[in-house]
Amino acid sequence: MINKSLKQLSQALAARQISSVELSSLFLDRIERLNPTLNAFVTVDREKSLKMALAADARIAAGTAGPLTGIPIAQKDIFCAEGWTTTCGSKMLANFVSPYDATVIRKMHNEAGMVSLGKTNMDEFAMGSSNETSFFGPVRNPWDTNRVPGGSSGGSAAAVAARLAPAATGTDTGGSIRQPAALCNLTGLKPTYGVVSRYGMIAFASSLDQGGPMAASAEDCALLLNTMVGFDERDSTSLDRPVEDYARDLEKPLDGLRIGLPKEFFGEGCEAEVMAAVRAAIAEYEKLGATTVEVSLPNSHLSVPAYYVIAPAEASSNLSRFDGARYGYRAPEYDNLEQMYEKTRAQGFGSEVKRRIMIGAYVLSHGYYDAYYLQAQRIRRLIADDFVEAFKSCDVIMGPTSPSTAFKLGEKAADPVQMYLSDIYTIAVNLAGLPGMSIPCGFAGGLPVGLQLIGNYFAEGQLLNVAHRYQQATDWHQRRASCAE
Amino acid sequence: MGNVSETDEAMNQWEVVIGIETHAQLATVSKIFSGASTAFGAEPNTQACAVDLALPGVLPVLNKKAVECAIRFGLAIGAEVAQKSVFARKNYFYPDLPKGYQISQMDLPVVVGGHITLQVGQGDKAYEKVVRLTRAHLEEDAGKSLHEDFHGKSGIDLNRAGTPLLEIVSEPDMRSSDEAVAYAKSLHALVQWIDICDGNMQEGSFRCDANVSVRPKGQAEFGTRREIKNLNSFRFLKEAIDFEVQWQINEIEEGRRIQQATVLFDPDSGETRMMRSKEDAHDYRYFPDPDLLPLVISDEWIARVRGELPELPGQMRERFVSEFGLSNYDATTLTANSEIAAFFQLTVAIAGKQNAKPCANWVMVDLAARLNKDGKEIAESPVSAAQLAGLILRIADNTISNNIAKKVFEALWNGEGATADEIIEKQGLKQITDSGAIEALVDEVLAANPANVAEFKAGKEKAFNALVGQVMKAAKGKANPQQVNDLLKQKLAG
Repeated sequence: MINKSLKQLSQALAARQISSVELSSLFLDRIERLNPTLNAFVTVDREKSLKMALAADARIAAGTAGPLTGIPIAQKDIFCAEGWTTTCGSKMLANFVSPYDATVIRKMHNEAGMVSLGKTNMDEFAMGSSNETSFFGPVRNPWDTNRVPGGSSGGSAAAVAARLAPAATGTDTGGSIRQPAALCNLTGLKPTYGVVSRYGMIAFASSLDQGGPMAASAEDCALLLNTMVGFDERDSTSLDRPVEDYARDLEKPLDGLRIGLPKEFFGEGCEAEVMAAVRAAIAEYEKLGATTVEVSLPNSHLSVPAYYVIAPAEASSNLSRFDGARYGYRAPEYDNLEQMYEKTRAQGFGSEVKRRIMIGAYVLSHGYYDAYYLQAQRIRRLIADDFVEAFKSCDVIMGPTSPSTAFKLGEKAADPVQMYLSDIYTIAVNLAGLPGMSIPCGFAGGLPVGLQLIGNYFAEGQLLNVAHRYQQATDWHQRRASCAE
Repeated sequence: MGNVSETDEAMNQWEVVIGIETHAQLATVSKIFSGASTAFGAEPNTQACAVDLALPGVLPVLNKKAVECAIRFGLAIGAEVAQKSVFARKNYFYPDLPKGYQISQMDLPVVVGGHITLQVGQGDKAYEKVVRLTRAHLEEDAGKSLHEDFHGKSGIDLNRAGTPLLEIVSEPDMRSSDEAVAYAKSLHALVQWIDICDGNMQEGSFRCDANVSVRPKGQAEFGTRREIKNLNSFRFLKEAIDFEVQWQINEIEEGRRIQQATVLFDPDSGETRMMRSKEDAHDYRYFPDPDLLPLVISDEWIARVRGELPELPGQMRERFVSEFGLSNYDATTLTANSEIAAFFQLTVAIAGKQNAKPCANWVMVDLAARLNKDGKEIAESPVSAAQLAGLILRIADNTISNNIAKKVFEALWNGEGATADEIIEKQGLKQITDSGAIEALVDEVLAANPANVAEFKAGKEKAFNALVGQVMKAAKGKANPQQVNDLLKQKLAG
């Protein structure tokens, strides 16, 4: 049961082979057993989860169930959920119980009837690529518990990879869904900016953040995406588009599909075994009827520097609300207002968050704004234009998701720049606002390798189709870490 | 005396330069970026929703009504309403600022340019002045810190947080505190006229910051300015500027330089004192708010708002001149605010266009003086426009004289009757126009005052006035003065 697809689980629930309470308990038991090792969840509340499962069973019995009603899911602890502690991986919010639901939470639970298994660990305020910046300790990769699961959605990735949950949500600001998906052998999708509402999703970098699904397959992701998307009047950057069924085109043949291979993604800087797996996947696509064409993203080498100006700039302002005045952590001792702010923020934030707040405040300050922030915005435009140009000669772009497989805990923790470079292939996609995916495409040294698929704006359906056909022809995505077997 | 002329002389060597920034609270039902109510006076923190409290994850959504207010204002002052404007974050920490930044507009404001024509001074000394506006932009208000009643701690009330404001920035076009007050009053009247602000200064709905500098007359460049913050009455505005100007002149004359600074006015001492110098100025790290798309205003939207605008003061002023033959001064005075204009228009509508000039005089002079005496606003006038028009009609048809009319007006004011006619009737004030009756009175007076008659005949014109006075006295003021004059002249000549 724990390795079934969402579609199979849905059928099992509909056929009353299992109830949602039973199914949820199964996963809650696994969490209880394995989470002490993996640290994938920061909050589990069996009672709350089973209440939701009971309600789902009632809906199933009443015949008012939707396709995902009763299916359990793990929620990244960046999504505010009413009555749930919502920490964003930070000491600052360790005691914060949200009084309201994020739109994604409302859609998945209140509307679709899914059951929350709890909140997953993450890099503090989604700032990190290894899940080591979490106030609640690092998450361990189920494929090798001495290694990181990637980040920032590392808890979600580890939870699904270890089958502590059939699926999870993630958020992706610079690769935070795709990179952990790659490192944990999952399928993860970051939608086009504006497709999934950001309301209630604690902001890191507002112009880059986007929520999305993380699961075992493209088909699962399509079903999850169907429940997550939609215009939200509470989010001014949410896009008002006609509703589509992302599962509709999954089976479409790939004959004539033009795959763009950016020469910048196939040069130096990527581990050879990772590159070999990626090339093998592309060869598999050619067997499926696709053709390849070399494209160029000439400004992609600027994406990391531009990102590390824009994202910290927005973050420095977004995180100003955490001041100890109204909720969250407040320093126990202070003599005046200034001190309350200083001590609260010095004690409440971890060092990576503080580093980024300082970078952000610096690049926005008087006299530096034009040279850093405005210049980075110009580069962002150039990067987006590169993709527009590339998509004139191809339908989908492919390359590695991450330049390496999962690295060891602590390996890059002391070197922020090395850590930042692990997102070198994913960041440009966020800067351009495009949809991107990572799918399992093989192993290197026994560790999973991810293939990145980048689509044109609103091409989520096409990306899922391209991913699904590959998963019909290969079984990489069905390989499980030993603890999930 | 010596002091005054010395001061005058000193003042004459200096030119005062004033620019004003005004925060007008927009009269929307809900806040600028959330659905919470903007009503004043509720229990602390009962009108602050998740967005106003800046809970983690919440996002701002722009209130279209606030944008419409800005468009109305832009159209009313002949400004350009920007097709695209951008909201920016102004970052600073303060407990009444929940997000740690204020959403405002910086590089691209919603309203650019425009001007306001105002009248400075009264009567013969009145002159017209055009003040140019730099810009007006939309922003959110902060909450309030409450420093009392919390045992050494401060309380925060976030009811006001997120209330929509239009910040209106003038060019440094004003040259005296009188011009500054006239500008503030015109602007105050205008925002109420176009119904975008309730103008309640006590509740903080309309507050001004004055940027003040002085320079030697004839000097082209401006002096260094100091900004007086948060003036919430016209009197304080005038007092603060007057004090500040004198202070700056003294500083310069004593050889010191003015340092750019922000100052506060203390109404109790009548003095301004420094709040922070330029060196302490924050770096607000403005940048475009990534949670809000650029505000795009279509031509259609502007056209629709234009169609909904009432007749503006300038248009009405011109119409009063052309339609009613009023002087520019009268027309300007009568359009100083929407209440006066409405009162006057209603009075004329009842009394008739041909009586527009007396209507104007009664509203501007007699009614204004009486209101002033009781400290009342025109909206609270005990004499209604209909009552006043009824009174003016009785003057026009010679039922009463102007002098008697003043008595009737006072009686109406005191509620002695519902209409002028009722009071005239009840108190027997109807003018005597029967020439037989007047002639009898004239004859009586001539007979009883031979001395005056003799003086008049000896060439003393004053004696004539004395005789008129006697006749009017005998008639208890009710005789038609023109008829009395004519008859007296006739009899004395005869």
